Amino acid sequence: MRSTRTGVGVVTALAVALGLLAACGDDDEKSDGNGDAAITISVSNLPPETEAGARDAFLQRVDEFEAANPDINVEPDEWEWEASTFAAQLAGGTLPTTFEFPFTDGHALIERGQLADITTEVEGLPYAADFNPSVIKVVQDDAGAIYGVPSAAYGMGLHYNRAMFEQAGLDPDDPPTTWDEVRQDAKAIADATGQAGYAELSQDNTGGWVLTTLTYALGGRMEDGSGDNVTATVNNPETKKALEMLKAMRWEDNSMGANFLFDWGGINQAFAAGQIGMYISGSDVYNSLVTENNITADDYGLTVLPLEGSDSGVLGGGTIVGVNPNVSDEERAAAVKWIDHFYMSKLTDKTAALADAEALAESDAPLGTPTLPIFDEQRLAESDAWVADLVNVPLEQMMSFKNSILDQELVAEPPVMAQELYAELDTVVQAVLTDRNADIDALLETANDNVESLLDAN
Amino acid sequence: MGAATRWVRRGGLSTLLMSLPLLLTFGYFAWFPIGRAIVMSFQKTNLVADPTWVGLDNFTFVLGDPRFWTSVRNTTYFTVLALLFGYPVPLALAVLMSELRRAKGLFSMLAYLPVVVPPVVAVLLWRVFYDASSTGVFNTMLGWLGLGPYPWIQSRSWAMPSLVLQATWANAGTTVIIYLAALSGLPADLYDAAEVDGAGVWRKIWHVTLPQLRGILLITLIVQVIATFQVFTEPYLMTDGGPQNSTTTILLQIYNYAFRFGNYGAATALSVLLALFLAVLSAVYFRVTRSWSTT
Repeated sequence: MRSTRTGVGVVTALAVALGLLAACGDDDEKSDGNGDAAITISVSNLPPETEAGARDAFLQRVDEFEAANPDINVEPDEWEWEASTFAAQLAGGTLPTTFEFPFTDGHALIERGQLADITTEVEGLPYAADFNPSVIKVVQDDAGAIYGVPSAAYGMGLHYNRAMFEQAGLDPDDPPTTWDEVRQDAKAIADATGQAGYAELSQDNTGGWVLTTLTYALGGRMEDGSGDNVTATVNNPETKKALEMLKAMRWEDNSMGANFLFDWGGINQAFAAGQIGMYISGSDVYNSLVTENNITADDYGLTVLPLEGSDSGVLGGGTIVGVNPNVSDEERAAAVKWIDHFYMSKLTDKTAALADAEALAESDAPLGTPTLPIFDEQRLAESDAWVADLVNVPLEQMMSFKNSILDQELVAEPPVMAQELYAELDTVVQAVLTDRNADIDALLETANDNVESLLDAN
Repeated sequence: MGAATRWVRRGGLSTLLMSLPLLLTFGYFAWFPIGRAIVMSFQKTNLVADPTWVGLDNFTFVLGDPRFWTSVRNTTYFTVLALLFGYPVPLALAVLMSELRRAKGLFSMLAYLPVVVPPVVAVLLWRVFYDASSTGVFNTMLGWLGLGPYPWIQSRSWAMPSLVLQATWANAGTTVIIYLAALSGLPADLYDAAEVDGAGVWRKIWHVTLPQLRGILLITLIVQVIATFQVFTEPYLMTDGGPQNSTTTILLQIYNYAFRFGNYGAATALSVLLALFLAVLSAVYFRVTRSWSTT
């Protein structure tokens, strides 16, 4: 009796243990829709089922691609960029073959070797030589090798609430064109509404991002040199001037409200809720204000940042499509074909542009928010004209941006360790906004030393 | 009959096989990652190419980072504040509740309710409550009493106490339940004897309840210290370490190294340092308190 029980115990235990081992094993065999396709690639940013129209349009583009490339099988994935999970997914083998990510992370990923070198494949594309030089730079290393394809670009802009402008007796069709006017208007709005006339991003590295934007707009730069000889210039006079303006708005004018810890999502939420008169963010943020925050379209306004000083420019941003570094040569080639088909054809081909725009318009997704040229201004105007009839954003309220942005010089983000630099500057921005006695010179000196030691360690 | 056969006959093999799933689960999901983290703390890696060995470089980098001492200071401050507020509050609540004659279940439920709220939801909710304008939830309520408005998480000096207040609210319930369970197990005759000797409520608590609970009190103290040293959710979601790094804790710093800056070596090095510190702290604590313990 006893030995029977032992026997049963052994068998049960073995079965459980084996089952567990099997569960821990690699799941290498993936389902293959076509069965005989030679290469399978997975592609990111399939819209979720809640956005049925956009999802159908995406899947239709997949079908078109597979029909044109019978040897390639595409697996669409709802994956979206998330800095905190990217590396783990890369290491764990669950990152799609192609994926979208923002400009601001481009150089860090290239430096860390977390993107595939696709120079040969990209140079084979018919428009390879036509890229806007300041845009293609964000996906290149010092030697000029290409690690991604920029698919959309924007410039930083000043977003404002037209209703609050009116409440303060200001003309919403005549937004501020100098930083002094920004300050005056902010105070007028704060006095009239009791809300923040102007608010500033300050958290999750966005404080440094916007302070860099302000610095560029006043003609300063955060880093100097190139390659291994980059030095920090965080303590430049323009950054100081920007911080002094913030300090005056916060402590003299009291026009920045009572909350100073804003991350990207948080400030959008507060703006859409009518708690902020003006703020600086990427010109494409309207898309998110519609889909995430349900903003009242009539209240929205967008204009360019005032540029002052001899070397001033506007910080640019955008979307890059990259390729997983762990894939085979064939998969990499297929991935660039997909990027060409899905992302680039709508910029270069009228039929593709219209199909994409119709799908967006059908699902009520925002269409027509001003962008910057991936190639040149003429091509941008051309592709804008193809879809002009389908535009569903209040474009006339964005015209002062659209009319002037192409005249502003586009400046790329600090080339080395931008995120670390931004993190350091978050602290400085927070200090100025939360401490009446903040010593701007001392803060910038410390920040510069810290960034410099990070650059040295790098 | 050989020793091996005897071992099998006595159930040694089936014991081993029975525990195998557990060993494998723990091994794969807990011990293996811990081992990997220790190895990684001596390496430089981008998680794509083969890692390179860098000796103690990651540790020197972490210890030389100006934010290291800031985060140590902040974490210690959080732990001390959490002990000051968070340690006595559940005990007092539990003792009071155990004295109740009716509705004890209702009060236990009310005390435990915050624990049921998912931490992310609770922290984000409190972030709204902490709105620093005069129309914020807390500032409005305090305004009725003629107080405020207070800056809450928007000020260097207020931010950390604000986080501790939220954390205490969120976590006290669990400890209250543990104390209540321990209190219900105390022998009634001790209280009867104390009463015969003329002891009032306070003397009963001081001379009977607390000494009887000391085993549990010692355990909850070290558990709380270990947990508060690893505080992450509150500063990450509420302040992201701000304003001006006044709430950057060690775990938030580890997160920043790994997921904001992609420096996995530094992240694991700091994790190893924290784990070592907590292990040593626990060992010393149990050694020092051995003679007070009831177990």
